[in-house]
Amino acid sequence: MFYRSVFPRDLLSELDRLQREMQQSYEFSPSIRGLARGGFPAMNVGNTPHSVEIYAFAPGIDPATIAVQLEKGVLTIAGERASVLPPREANATVHIEERFSGRFRRVVTLPDDADPNAVSAKYRDGVLHVSVQRRQAAQPRRISIE
Amino acid sequence: MNDNTNVTRKPDTAASDMALLPPVDVIEDAGGITLYADLPGVPKDKLNLLVEGDTLTIEGEVSLEAPEGMESSHAEVSLPRYRRMFTLSKELDANKVSAEFNQGALKLRIPKADHAQPRRIEIAVM
Repeated sequence: MFYRSVFPRDLLSELDRLQREMQQSYEFSPSIRGLARGGFPAMNVGNTPHSVEIYAFAPGIDPATIAVQLEKGVLTIAGERASVLPPREANATVHIEERFSGRFRRVVTLPDDADPNAVSAKYRDGVLHVSVQRRQAAQPRRISIE
Repeated sequence: MNDNTNVTRKPDTAASDMALLPPVDVIEDAGGITLYADLPGVPKDKLNLLVEGDTLTIEGEVSLEAPEGMESSHAEVSLPRYRRMFTLSKELDANKVSAEFNQGALKLRIPKADHAQPRRIEIAVM
């Protein structure tokens, strides 16, 4: 899912956004697992010297049905989100349909120093937050000069 | 003074005014409209729903738990705020809007005013 940015009453920054998006789609080399952006759930990734933090924006899902798997340095987040749309025979009209529904699966390649034994995952306010610790040996150390 | 100065003026949109557009589903049935919106990362107390005149505004602040010193390396949710506005039509009863917000998913129910409920019109046979 791609959350578009909205700049009220400001055409200039709207054009700027358009230009940025075009640049991204041409210059950003796509990953071998498909487009790097635009899938569901949307993802943010952050780094600290001690850990890798992954945020998956998957609102309205029972956390028990989300599968988080870490295998050979690849983190996979998979699950399913039920549709809220009425069945075809119902007497209702769908005016806007933008939200994702159905099965989803997204993968993130973790850095080499990620420790598969030190992973924690939390689901809060519709965001799955996975924190992967880095191995101690890989952390920068100050070497004292004798 | 001439009016052209306005054209070269710097845009007055402050950084705090920028927001992401949350995706929505809008479904209408005989009794009213149901709106679903995705606002992941917004805690319940940071969600703002406002009906002003015939404008419905959905606004939420994203609050993520981040360890100290985290540097972002990839961001698809790139602003800490969502905002979206809708113009309601006359037959909807803005005073009776009910909302549920659960794990970043908002469900709004806007019923139609009583006088706008569908009625079957009897045809008198002469």
